[in-house]
Amino acid sequence: MSTTTALPSARYGVARAWRAETFRLRRWTAVWVLAAAWLLLDALFTFVFNWVSYASGSTNFSNQGESKADLLASILPGALAENLPQGMPLFGGALMMVLGAIIAGNGYGWGTWKTVFTQGPSRTSTVLGSILATMTAVLALLVVTIALDVAFSLVIAGAESQSVHWPTAAAMGKSILAALMVMEMWALAGYLLGTVARNPAVSIGLGLVWNMVIENLLRGVGNSLHAVAVLTHFLPGTSAGSLVGRLAGIDPVNATPGVFDTLGTARAVVTVAIYLAAFPVLAGWVLRRRDVA
Amino acid sequence: MDLTDEPDDTEVVVRTDALTKTYAGRRAVDAVDLTVRRGEIYGFLGPNGAGKTTTLRMLLGLVRPTGGSARVLGGHPGTPEVTHRLGALIEGPGFYPYLSGRANLETLARYRGLPHSAVTDALARVDLTDRAGDKFRSYSLGMKQRLGVAAALLGDPELIVLDEPTNGLDPAGMADMRALVVALARDGHTILLSSHLLAEVEEICDRVGIIAGGRLRAESTVAELRGTSRLRIVATPTERAVATAQRLAGPAAVDVDLGDPAAPAVRIDVPAERTPELVAALVADGAAIHDVRRTERTLAEVFFEMTGSAEPEPTDLLEAAR
Repeated sequence: MSTTTALPSARYGVARAWRAETFRLRRWTAVWVLAAAWLLLDALFTFVFNWVSYASGSTNFSNQGESKADLLASILPGALAENLPQGMPLFGGALMMVLGAIIAGNGYGWGTWKTVFTQGPSRTSTVLGSILATMTAVLALLVVTIALDVAFSLVIAGAESQSVHWPTAAAMGKSILAALMVMEMWALAGYLLGTVARNPAVSIGLGLVWNMVIENLLRGVGNSLHAVAVLTHFLPGTSAGSLVGRLAGIDPVNATPGVFDTLGTARAVVTVAIYLAAFPVLAGWVLRRRDVA
Repeated sequence: MDLTDEPDDTEVVVRTDALTKTYAGRRAVDAVDLTVRRGEIYGFLGPNGAGKTTTLRMLLGLVRPTGGSARVLGGHPGTPEVTHRLGALIEGPGFYPYLSGRANLETLARYRGLPHSAVTDALARVDLTDRAGDKFRSYSLGMKQRLGVAAALLGDPELIVLDEPTNGLDPAGMADMRALVVALARDGHTILLSSHLLAEVEEICDRVGIIAGGRLRAESTVAELRGTSRLRIVATPTERAVATAQRLAGPAAVDVDLGDPAAPAVRIDVPAERTPELVAALVADGAAIHDVRRTERTLAEVFFEMTGSAEPEPTDLLEAAR
């Protein structure tokens, strides 16, 4: 006779779903490719190109007008708080959006949602576990990014015989908070898009066009139309860019594309926090209510 | 328990009451009342697009009904109290293509809170152990199907819902699958098996529900659906044979087949055990018996009659012929 397992409580259901999702995400090449792409971008644009420019005395698009001393200072450990989140509102965010979109969207294409929804945990627990696993993957990537940035800056300091000065704990804490909120926000935006579109390709396309094109165009139009400018203050890109600009104390003149000082600190934190809460709630609501065909 | 009796609630694993699903004004499932009893193999038959899979999806909580209700294992479909006690393979297996067969099952085992050994057991049960380390995307259709069945067996659930489990399997694989289903039922599992392979259902199912156009046309044991066997007797003189047959079986049970004018046959609807009695009476009344055959309706004939299918699918004919 059959011997079924004990009924999982909602809490255990979430824990089981999280364990299952992290297990399968760890084995997915696409996740590692996205992580590697981000780390490569971070290493190249934050450290390698600037270090080569410093060493060769040439300039590139990101360091024009900077003195050699400033250029070197920008890639030493003392600049970690500024460097860590700079690429995240635009480039890192785009990659995290792809991550979220493929995690949620492929569940429809592969028919895996229908499989996991009949395994025991409730739909709510299953979706929550999946979202938490996505957020865990982003958190893990952030930890690796921090380690990579620390390692690069230390190598450069050593190679250039510079003394090592670290940012204050407060500065580093704010920088990490900004990085975490922005990366998680875009991953959850991708998760929502993948859920709504039921398809990774469509959601990635829509998300990238929004992140890289539409918000920039709207900000451009906002320079001449006040109503559009006000609207852009509520958009995720502006909010994420402002959050990074404010919390990491980045001068917007020399900032990476996507970093702004449009919103104040509190406004940026609150807006991103609202998106952080709204995206998974919406995705969960859709997944919970929708028929799974 | 007699399978034709009305079961009490403790014996019922699945019960639907006017279960209905409407898509854009079209009733995919229309007021279906079906009952699956504990320990039986229930065959859910219907042509493509009849509403089988939609009904099963509603029983699993994947699709919300637009009308009626369903109780599965005493609870509401899709709730944890129900889903942790059932296993399902619905309309093709849904797995992660980048994972091996084993890793896919390990993922699902984590959802269920099962130990590693449950995965090993399930793989062995569907004879997939040797290829368990291969990526799911490299599997043949039959292997994917077997992995889907293995997933449905994880945790040894009380109710196993299998939607077309023999799809993509070769004849040997189909035979193995039938044997597995029978063995599972023998071990006390309840099996709800959807199929359009009539011989498969006829061979292994205790009871059958036939759905067509979204409506449940019949639900009963296979024997009851096929009805009484008929005797086909060629006897002369025909008038005398008909009179004797009508006296014994009643006028409604007798007709004359004039297909061969040289040897008109008397067809009589009676249980097969009455054959000696009828033959003896015909002989006693002076009829000469030239041929006696027992004919039975196959499930395929019943199916086509109920679903109104004029042109049976080639697969159905092949299966019916076996």
